[in-house]
Amino acid sequence: MNWLLNNLPLVGTLSWEHIVLSVPPVIIGFVVAIPLGWLAHRFRLTRGILLTIVGLLYTIPSLALLVILPPIIGVSVLSATNVIIALSIYAVALMVRSTTDALDSVDADIIQSATAVGYSPWRRFWLVEFPIAGPVLLAGLRVVAVSTVSLVTIGAFVGVRSLGYLFINGLQRSIPLEIVSGIVMTVVIALVFDRLLVLLGRVLMPWTRTVKVTKRQQRAVFTAEATA
Amino acid sequence: MNLFLEAFQWIFTPVWTIVTTERTNDILLRLGEHLGYTFASLIAATIIAVPIGYAIGHTGKGREIAVALSGAARALPSLGLLTILALTFGIARAPIAAVVVFLVLGVPSILAGAYAGLEAIDRRTIDAARAVGMTEWQILTRVEIPLGLPLLLGGVRNAALQIVATTTLAAYIGLGGLGVYIFEGLPIRNFTEMLGGAILIALLAVALDGVFALLQSFAVPRGVTAGRVKIVRTSSSRTRAVAGTSAVPGRG
Repeated sequence: MNWLLNNLPLVGTLSWEHIVLSVPPVIIGFVVAIPLGWLAHRFRLTRGILLTIVGLLYTIPSLALLVILPPIIGVSVLSATNVIIALSIYAVALMVRSTTDALDSVDADIIQSATAVGYSPWRRFWLVEFPIAGPVLLAGLRVVAVSTVSLVTIGAFVGVRSLGYLFINGLQRSIPLEIVSGIVMTVVIALVFDRLLVLLGRVLMPWTRTVKVTKRQQRAVFTAEATA
Repeated sequence: MNLFLEAFQWIFTPVWTIVTTERTNDILLRLGEHLGYTFASLIAATIIAVPIGYAIGHTGKGREIAVALSGAARALPSLGLLTILALTFGIARAPIAAVVVFLVLGVPSILAGAYAGLEAIDRRTIDAARAVGMTEWQILTRVEIPLGLPLLLGGVRNAALQIVATTTLAAYIGLGGLGVYIFEGLPIRNFTEMLGGAILIALLAVALDGVFALLQSFAVPRGVTAGRVKIVRTSSSRTRAVAGTSAVPGRG
């Protein structure tokens, strides 16, 4: 326990740096995925193209992406921007899939009703389709948040400080407790993010507490949580 | 972009020009190590996850636990797990540590694929199988497993991708694999070598994903494809009943 007591400030600052690196990719992933997910949901042609591209992006291993990205976008391998952009790519890749599934899960009858009572496509999307797709979107976003938090640690290899630093340093100096502290803090941050998103979902989508979500949506939520 | 050219040059030199190489870190050797770890962990993960997944899918019990577990596994940083296990197992047994880490990584996806595959089957199909007198075991082996195969393979595909990506880290604890080039290049800032290694790893991942995509498309049972009815939308040949006219043609 000595190591931990002596190094509490270090664990604290690293946790903070970890959080700072984790938040932007999740937000970028969500924002970018909405129009792309809509495109994939709406047209057959763009669906095939977009889902193939995000699938391919997602297959690139993270450490490899951290090395491949800098010469393409012209940032330093060692910069935090590199890590944030790489993680945003994964977030977008995961989230486009979820957004497409989420929009697909909205019952066609609901869309027809909305159209029938006079919603324009733009208003219909934001006031009807998007909120109803909410639970499935949230499930996807939770997966993105948790996996982003755990992926940030890889940045430690290229010298971007996060809790991953504790793993590398702990192995070099043979201090198991240091590594364990890093693992525990990463999992704690991931769980806190996850809880916060659930809470945010409760606040923004109060109807999910009272109205029973359709079977189809439940299944979509479930697959979103299970796969990926 | 010049860097990419150099990286490709780097990739293509050692394999074909240095035949009797004093450099043991030949790309093919590293590729073999990489694939070795990937498949060892993938097979181990499959052996563990598939029976549990099928038990959950067939009985419909324990799904919440499985979902919670896979969520927790997603939060676990594999780099942390790898370093702590390497430290506790010691250098001599580091390969076991690596396989354990990659296996832990792969289990949730395969588990999810196994039970989601069974759950996606129409309940009426299973009821019908029960109605014609199949035993539970027959239902599992003859109905549920074949019908759930595409989704199971989807899970295995996800697991394979995550494992092949993370096997890159094996080099960090001195176990070889294609990650060697990235870790060799890092401290001396040899970007050509790092980029070459990264490209090789990315290509391997994409190729592996392609193989699984192909397997997945072959996994649909033939009875299912044969039984698929093509819905052809044509206009009805019968005239529609309109108010005021008789619905039955021919009578006045």
